[in-house]
Amino acid sequence: MTTVLDSLNAGLHQAFAADERVYLLGEDLLDPYGGAFKVTRGLSTAYPERILTSPISEAGLVGIAAGMALRGLRPVVEIMFGDFLTLAADQIINHAAKFRWMYNDQVRVPMLIRTPMGGRRGYGPTHSQTLEKYFLGVPGLQVLAPCALCSTGSSTTSQTLPSGSPGELLYRAILTTQDPILFIENKLLYLQPVQDESSLNEFDVNFLPEVDGIPISPSFTLSLKAAPPASLTVLAYGYMAELARQAIYQLAYEHEIFCELVIPTRLASCSIQPVLDSLKRTGRLLVVEEGTLTLGWGAEILARTSEAPGPVLKACGRIAAREVPVPASGPLENQVLPGVADIAAAAVRLNRL
Amino acid sequence: MKPEEETLSALRVSAVKKETIISLYSSLYLIRRFEETVLENFPRGVFFGTTHTYLGQEADAVGVLSHLQDDDILFSNHRCHGHFLTYGGDPRALFAELMGRVTGVCGGRGGSQHLHWRNFYSNGVQGGIVPVATGMALAEKLKGSSSLVVAFLGDGTLGEGVVYESLNMAALWNVPILYVVENNRIAQTTPIEQAAAGSLAGRFSAFGLPVIELDTSDVLQISAVAQAILSAVRQKSAPQALILNTARFGPHSKGDDTRPPELLARLRAEHDPLTIHGSRLNPFERTEIERSVNQRIEAAYQQALQDPFPVLDLQEST
Repeated sequence: MTTVLDSLNAGLHQAFAADERVYLLGEDLLDPYGGAFKVTRGLSTAYPERILTSPISEAGLVGIAAGMALRGLRPVVEIMFGDFLTLAADQIINHAAKFRWMYNDQVRVPMLIRTPMGGRRGYGPTHSQTLEKYFLGVPGLQVLAPCALCSTGSSTTSQTLPSGSPGELLYRAILTTQDPILFIENKLLYLQPVQDESSLNEFDVNFLPEVDGIPISPSFTLSLKAAPPASLTVLAYGYMAELARQAIYQLAYEHEIFCELVIPTRLASCSIQPVLDSLKRTGRLLVVEEGTLTLGWGAEILARTSEAPGPVLKACGRIAAREVPVPASGPLENQVLPGVADIAAAAVRLNRL
Repeated sequence: MKPEEETLSALRVSAVKKETIISLYSSLYLIRRFEETVLENFPRGVFFGTTHTYLGQEADAVGVLSHLQDDDILFSNHRCHGHFLTYGGDPRALFAELMGRVTGVCGGRGGSQHLHWRNFYSNGVQGGIVPVATGMALAEKLKGSSSLVVAFLGDGTLGEGVVYESLNMAALWNVPILYVVENNRIAQTTPIEQAAAGSLAGRFSAFGLPVIELDTSDVLQISAVAQAILSAVRQKSAPQALILNTARFGPHSKGDDTRPPELLARLRAEHDPLTIHGSRLNPFERTEIERSVNQRIEAAYQQALQDPFPVLDLQEST
């Protein structure tokens, strides 16, 4: 069994093997520790001269990586907790993401910032957030989020990383991007197995390698095998996609409500074509995210589906975190973050409309 | 500067060739005339946004940058016109950029503060350029090139925390970069006494960077010291700092100078790099240089005025 952590680690190792312009900067990266969440383990042993373990300086690190990218390297930055991205916001928004366009397309900024996001580990208000919504819609910045799925087909870019898997997404992003990428890894995904259609034996998995011709944008659409036509589309990414998969399973067996689950891996730039395709069949949409509700990713998705020509939505809704900081106490945290029961309850409600 | 260094630089001054003196004066005056032309014409509405003129600080750019090698990299800030012109940037392209024309340095996208041409870069957020410039120097070192980076910052920028993150990593990783602080003693309208506690030099020496502080507007003195420092940065492949105590004659941008006129008059009387260096030329030589530069600047300005405006093309960037 390959976990998401193994897959990401393999993606990094292969990227380092494939291109000597790849460097890694971040805090506490060196073996035997190998990074706070161990995604980078083994790299400092295999490529000691290309791993720069750094002081606690998130803004400085991201700026240094932008400078390295402007001068032809392909740096990867690990921000230990996604919560700390705010420290680097000026470097991301006012520097890295702007350089290419601001300098009249005379430069490229091929860098990637990876960071773990999300709660459910009791880390409390400053180490549990899902902050990527603040970085969606920044011109020049791409945002990717892997999920615990892959295609059964082999990858065209890497011989050992399955297509669409977290590691393959990371590998391709590091080696091929021309623009800064923010790569969001939900912490609870790390220990999940990476599954494909053969291991998810109760689901049909439709893998779309690319959405709207946008590079590095695989997406998955899941539905229960041999189920009647679906009446609801559920859209979720990252670890929320795992919870949504549990919810649609429950909905089928306990409520006879059948859903299609659409899982994008690219949040920005935003393309909703797989959602629109699914909505043609279902007419109802539920968007699920772990960040707070207000002015979030789901709001943009619903705005775009409403604007799209075609049949009018029969019903739509959003599930997200409550509008408070993420608490440390387990029972409190469970009430603040959206769970399987919240998704299922919302689906039952929407299905009546 | 220590007394023996002063003697040394005085000796170097006496050994400078006539054509170098002429060329340096021409560079100083080019900046002066460009910036004066910008301020004179701003009220006509030909420029977009605002500008931050380099009047009074010309000797800093000219003194330091006369020792750059072809592959060296220069990162500048909001007050970047002088650095850009000394680097060899085209006055017409800079006028055109300020006028938002398609022929501008960045096709009108960046404006006065956001320039890129060859190995010249600038950005308008205080302090944010420092890690980027440091990363460039690190990249050049990792690639095995012999290029170094010169990053210009102002005294006001020393208030930004990311500067110190960058100095720390530059020292830890032996990055070949020279940080040049142009201390004009005022940040927009805030005097340095209200903005910088302790010593400016101490902010660099705390990280182990060798730092030299110069109190002069004489381009030859700055040039001699910069030559030695740049050579050391190159040889040791490690960071150093140069603090240039200088004088800003003009407003922060335009019409926002809160300093008393007597102070400005005294700064001009005592610290004008053109007066100081111009005294090494006879009046005829000065007039000839100035006449030629005036023509060049006027032609550049008129050409830029005729250039077309850009049209947004969203396909280009995807």
